[in-house]
Amino acid sequence: MSELTDMDQESSVDSDNRVRRPVASDAVAPVEGPDDEMMFDIRDLSVFYGSFRAVRDVTIPIRRNQITAFIGPSGCGKSTVLRCFNRMNDLVSGARVEGQLLYRGVDLYGPDVSATEVRRHIGMVFQKPNPFPKSIYDNVAFGPRVNGTKRKAELDDVVEQSLRGAALWDEVKDRLKSSALGMSGGQQQRLCIARTIAVKPDVVLMDEPCSALDPIATGKVEDLMQELKSEYTIIIVTHNMQQAARVSDRTAFFTAEVSSENDRRTGVLVEYDHTQKIFSNPSDQRTENYVTGRFG
Amino acid sequence: MALQPLDLRRKARGADSAFKALSVAAGLLVLVILGLIAITMTSKSMPALREMGADFFTSKRWSVPDKVYGAFSFIFGTVMTATIAIVLAIPVAVGIALFTTQIAPAWVRKPMVYTVDLLAVVPSVVFGLWGISFLAPKMVGVYRWIHDTFGGIPLVGRVFGPAASGRNFMTAGIILAIMIVPIVSSLAREVIDTTPPGEREGALALGATRWEMITGAVIPHSKGGIVGAIMLGLGRAMGETIAVTLTIGSSLGVVGANVFASGNSMPAIIASDWGEADSLQKSALILLAVVLFTLTLLVNFAAVAIVSRSTRRSLGAS
Amino acid sequence: MSAVDVLRPASTVDLTAKGGWRTLKNRIATALLLASFVVVTIPLILVIGTVVIKGMKVMGTSFLTGEIAATEQRAKGGIGPAISGTLVITGFATLLAVPLGLLGAIFLHEYGNNGPLAKAVRFMATVMTGVPSVVMGLFIYVVWTLRFKQAGVGGSLALACLMLPIIIRTTEEMLKLVPRELRDASLALGTSKSRTILTVVLPAALPGIVSGVLLAVARAAGETAPLLFTIGAARKVNWSVFSGANTALPSQIFANANSAFDNAQNRGWGAALTLVAIAFVFTIIARVVSARFSLKR
Repeated sequence: MSELTDMDQESSVDSDNRVRRPVASDAVAPVEGPDDEMMFDIRDLSVFYGSFRAVRDVTIPIRRNQITAFIGPSGCGKSTVLRCFNRMNDLVSGARVEGQLLYRGVDLYGPDVSATEVRRHIGMVFQKPNPFPKSIYDNVAFGPRVNGTKRKAELDDVVEQSLRGAALWDEVKDRLKSSALGMSGGQQQRLCIARTIAVKPDVVLMDEPCSALDPIATGKVEDLMQELKSEYTIIIVTHNMQQAARVSDRTAFFTAEVSSENDRRTGVLVEYDHTQKIFSNPSDQRTENYVTGRFG
Repeated sequence: MALQPLDLRRKARGADSAFKALSVAAGLLVLVILGLIAITMTSKSMPALREMGADFFTSKRWSVPDKVYGAFSFIFGTVMTATIAIVLAIPVAVGIALFTTQIAPAWVRKPMVYTVDLLAVVPSVVFGLWGISFLAPKMVGVYRWIHDTFGGIPLVGRVFGPAASGRNFMTAGIILAIMIVPIVSSLAREVIDTTPPGEREGALALGATRWEMITGAVIPHSKGGIVGAIMLGLGRAMGETIAVTLTIGSSLGVVGANVFASGNSMPAIIASDWGEADSLQKSALILLAVVLFTLTLLVNFAAVAIVSRSTRRSLGAS
Repeated sequence: MSAVDVLRPASTVDLTAKGGWRTLKNRIATALLLASFVVVTIPLILVIGTVVIKGMKVMGTSFLTGEIAATEQRAKGGIGPAISGTLVITGFATLLAVPLGLLGAIFLHEYGNNGPLAKAVRFMATVMTGVPSVVMGLFIYVVWTLRFKQAGVGGSLALACLMLPIIIRTTEEMLKLVPRELRDASLALGTSKSRTILTVVLPAALPGIVSGVLLAVARAAGETAPLLFTIGAARKVNWSVFSGANTALPSQIFANANSAFDNAQNRGWGAALTLVAIAFVFTIIARVVSARFSLKR
């Protein structure tokens, strides 16, 4: 097993011009909590759009207070699966889910379950930062206000805590009332993170959160993820293998099977393991091909 | 062998330039027509303006035999009916726009929109006909009941005065409201549709209910455009002629808070008095048309400016 | 995949919908918004229903072709002259407005290049769509009818002024949808710009343009006010636009609306039914053309 070296950043081509596989650094050696709790118990999950099966047979346990990365080429269902966790797929007409999706023992798609409630517990940060056209303060306060917090003192508190939690407080504390749209992309994304944690969820889902950001902003968000891990369970979908290697404890590799009859792609989970293992010594040949850059 | 020099100069392209000139002229025609309207109508209205002076705008007294033309009651009537129309139409039009864009399932949206737009196809004279033969008689009873029930309340009661007939400001206002709902709703819908989906998703992902998402993400974004849509509807309501002529009651000199009073409006008096007007009266009516033209122009100016400013702002932000 | 079964689930959570004010507000709001749609359909059904029921009472070929009744209380009488009047007046207005409207839109989109003139014209065209029809009617009265006497052409001019800005705006929207590549391909072959517009761009945008024109025609056919001041009142069929007074469907409806006599009122409803039918047919054709043939956003 290769030496654990420091983080790989930019070029992943080594001196022999072979693609160097991303290496997991010390900082993300898997930390097993004293109790290895399961936040999500997913078994045989399939997602259908109409009659077309977009993703099939995903079985994956998500551990509490860990960062799990979903990686794989485009179009293999990573975001689709992610959006099942907070019922955002409900917004697509014709979307349907089969299989078991337990969150803390409760079936997410049970008959009594309210999607609005689910989203209070499971938050999401999107690929393109989407702050509301309001002030920074009002953006972060939106969630708490909607959930009943009305008193200014409480709101001020929550806003400050959330902005601190998103490593944004020092940069914006003097201009909380200015428009959120005046911030840079990286700041807007951290604002979206602050907004998400302001409602105190258990889980933060991140759908390619850094793909619209420059490398410096990306670095800041990745550092933020490490800090957030102690309080939240994070699942991140990313196209960037190096990012997954840097940041996550466990990694799930997805790929797409092309149907011979109609050329449509069905996503499938190939392998799910400790990040180190996925990147250095994966069990499946397809995983090996992907992480060494032979395809994708 | 040397290459012959090519002649790449423009060949005389008469037809091409003529076409361009024609199209520029057609575009200019719009400006020319608007300018001509302003100039010719103002000039023809001069006799009446000279005769009446400022009294034209401030006096309620409109008497053909005495050759006295005070148009204040018509200006009042236009404003009154347009206001009633707007007050009734805004909640309905914005409600439809929100419902069809945010709540209705995709397959039902098109039929709903088509249905609402059918209202815009019915000609105004048919609305007028329906107004006087169906709505006015049916509503008189309602107006009288409202007057009896609420007319006693100190200040507010003056709005609900006695209803001498079904043809009054309120009936005209209701008909106008029905007529402008499709326009306001259609424009509001267009504006609401420009709400970035990211913001809507963001609100829902924070655990907001659909209504909270609407008030939190959609309405703040669309406010400006909706105001513009409402103003466009206002302009249309102010200028509507035939439906109002038939339903407003054709009374002269009526100015007051009572919405159930029969009155008149600028377009209505023009339409009803024209047939037998002598030249001075015609001049007065043309002057009224100039006033109407100016008012609707201002309202439409503002509406177009507001809508284009808010779409520019939202495109810039997203 | 690593062994899954050894993990124990984290403490459980309650995901049922919380009752209370928020859910209630959501439900009330949804109901109100749906109600607004219902509120709109009521007058629609009532108006169309009344028009059909009352109009059918007099409908028939003799009604559609007969002459205008000499007096209001007569039982016989038809709207033949009104139909012919509407046809020629609206037809001539279309003949005037469509070429000018197309050219205006072509100026805005193909030649204007968003310069100050194009911006001014676009702004003014939008504003012009809001000019009240009574103002247009009086305007044509002042510049034309005073000089040339009442005739159908005055009505056509007024209607054309109403149609012009609408056709310009809808045509411009359609021209915007024609992909750049189409123009570029034609220009790259050495075709002149005017030819490109006429033979490539316009045909591509044609269904949408036709749809917009049909809607403008339907709107113009229903206008009463512009005709009040310009065409006079005729009782016989007059196919000439240029000489002699004329009448039209909206004018007949208006004239009969206030009558005390049932016969006249019934004729008014018959004319209304005819007019509404024409307007609806045009609208439906416009929508079908647009849905099936035109470029999509």
